[in-house]
Amino acid sequence: MGRFIIKRLFLMAFMLIGLLAITFVISHIAPTDPAALAAGPDADTEMIERYRLEYGLDQPVYVQFGNYLTRLMNGNWGTSILTTRAVADDLLLYFPNTFELVVFSIGIAILLGIPLGVTAAVLQNTWADHTIRILTVSGVAMPMFWLGLMTQLYFALYLGWFPLGGRMNMMTDPPDPITNLLIVDSILRGEFGTTAEALTHIVLPAVALCFPALASIIRVNRAEMLETLKQDYIINAMAHGISMVRIVSVYALKNAMLPTMAMIGLRFGWMLGGTVLVETVFDWPGIGLYAVQATISSDFEPIMGATIVLGGFFMFTNLIIDLVYAWLDPRIRGQI
Amino acid sequence: MVGSTNQRTNLATVMLIQDSNADHVSESFADRHASTYRTLRLYARTFRRNTSAMFGLAIVVVFLVVAAIGPWIVPFPEDATGAVHLDIKLQPPDSTHWFGTDEVGNDIFTRVVLGTRTTLQIACIVTGVAMLIGVPLGMIAGLVGGWVQEAIMRVTDVFLSVPGLVLAIAIVGALGPGIVNAMLALSLVWWPGYVRLVQAKTLALKNEIYVQAAYSIGASKLRIVFIHILPNCTSPIIVKASMDMGMAILGAASLGFLGLGAQPPFPEWGAMISIARTYLPDWWWYSFFPGLAISLTVLGFNLLGDGLRDILDPKHRD
Repeated sequence: MGRFIIKRLFLMAFMLIGLLAITFVISHIAPTDPAALAAGPDADTEMIERYRLEYGLDQPVYVQFGNYLTRLMNGNWGTSILTTRAVADDLLLYFPNTFELVVFSIGIAILLGIPLGVTAAVLQNTWADHTIRILTVSGVAMPMFWLGLMTQLYFALYLGWFPLGGRMNMMTDPPDPITNLLIVDSILRGEFGTTAEALTHIVLPAVALCFPALASIIRVNRAEMLETLKQDYIINAMAHGISMVRIVSVYALKNAMLPTMAMIGLRFGWMLGGTVLVETVFDWPGIGLYAVQATISSDFEPIMGATIVLGGFFMFTNLIIDLVYAWLDPRIRGQI
Repeated sequence: MVGSTNQRTNLATVMLIQDSNADHVSESFADRHASTYRTLRLYARTFRRNTSAMFGLAIVVVFLVVAAIGPWIVPFPEDATGAVHLDIKLQPPDSTHWFGTDEVGNDIFTRVVLGTRTTLQIACIVTGVAMLIGVPLGMIAGLVGGWVQEAIMRVTDVFLSVPGLVLAIAIVGALGPGIVNAMLALSLVWWPGYVRLVQAKTLALKNEIYVQAAYSIGASKLRIVFIHILPNCTSPIIVKASMDMGMAILGAASLGFLGLGAQPPFPEWGAMISIARTYLPDWWWYSFFPGLAISLTVLGFNLLGDGLRDILDPKHRD
């Protein structure tokens, strides 16, 4: 196990460098001259040349890439033109909000997805199964941003059950940061009013974000349950007269859970892409919204910073999935 | 029992060969491709029995027809190119304007219908470019092996280790917003999926006996690629491409919605919703109908892809 973890960590370090190479290449494919861009619109030729020398932009590409890596290692991720703060500080500020949203959303997807998947499998080809299937296929097909807008329209504006967007009300003071996760902090500080408020704000974006994940979880869980329920040991259990509830929930579900777990992990990572859309719709102050606003105003360093953080987090979750998978499945555990 | 069946088949084959040798001249196209016809008939039958796949096919056909004849059937063709009728702006749906009108009085039905062409273009180009990059790379990786395979697969891994939309946004950020750049960005993040698929398939096929046999009788590498490996990779590629059409439509609409793809007044569904968003909740029809169009189209391609997988992949056939 130890060797496996070390191997995976090495691989992840390699992938991170690869990711940085991609962001580096992307920042160099921009049709504009980076030196001219950095020097500002009013700079003359001489100023641009001075900038080029100062930032090492006249050096060969691999030297520039080395400089880029060193700069990032030293925590210098550049400055955002939009917020006029250091990108690293901005990312630290926004990342917990995105994290909270994604965790809450995958939680909803798991809590709904597994029971629905089991139901669809046990009641195969009944109206319940068909209803659940319609839910899953339409859930994947609907654009997330549109789904977000429609839930906003119905649940926030028409029914008034939830706030329209944002992380919390303008007037509320956030609790003193401990973990920077608003819900956790407000509970730790005992400010339960703030917790309730934060919870009502998170519901709609989390629901809009969870749909594709929910659909995949239901699909995989249903397929695996169907497969498991055909196994001899299940038929044996039935012959012994063990109640169906016990067979399904104890004997079958446990075996169907492995592929479902893998899908949950995969979807958790993919949600990071979706946050870009959902955060824009719900004005959620996370990394996605930050990246989009930076892109619209051609603010380069924040885009790269956000890409690196989201990509790095995605890789990290993949690592965790593999470890959990290896730990759960004795066949894989034996191999490593 | 088994032996006798085999003998009979062999006998039949021999007779068939003799038969076809006898009337060599009169042998029609249908006779020569009888087995292909049989397979296609089986596919058609399996597909027809699958209600949801037929539903998906129907949506896709309607979508293609609308994209083809769109400009001739819309009631207000000039509304797609930036016409302004401020006197009828933001009208709710009625008998003239089926989907209502937008903030400059353009007919939303017209714009949604003409948006099919944009959407189809984006989906075809993104999926097509992704296949053109991904399939050859995957095949090279699978066939050549060694450090070439390592290099290709590790680069693929890196691309797959970032959420696609995030990377696409970064690329659009570098190139500047616009529909061409959005397509380019989506294509650049889309190919790694095909590399993985084709490489895995090639690796499996490489060790098949018939491929080994072809090698041993001295078939050239090119012949093996085009006659033995590529045809056997087509069904998973077709299934993936059909699913990807839907996903590419979602991706392009997402970029349009974020203001990074097609720019208004160009009739693109995502870009329409991005403007329409500011007119919620009072003018709901403005964002409702383009979103419905996206959902239905993607649904169609997804169901079609599912259906194709059921017929092309024997493991999924009941």
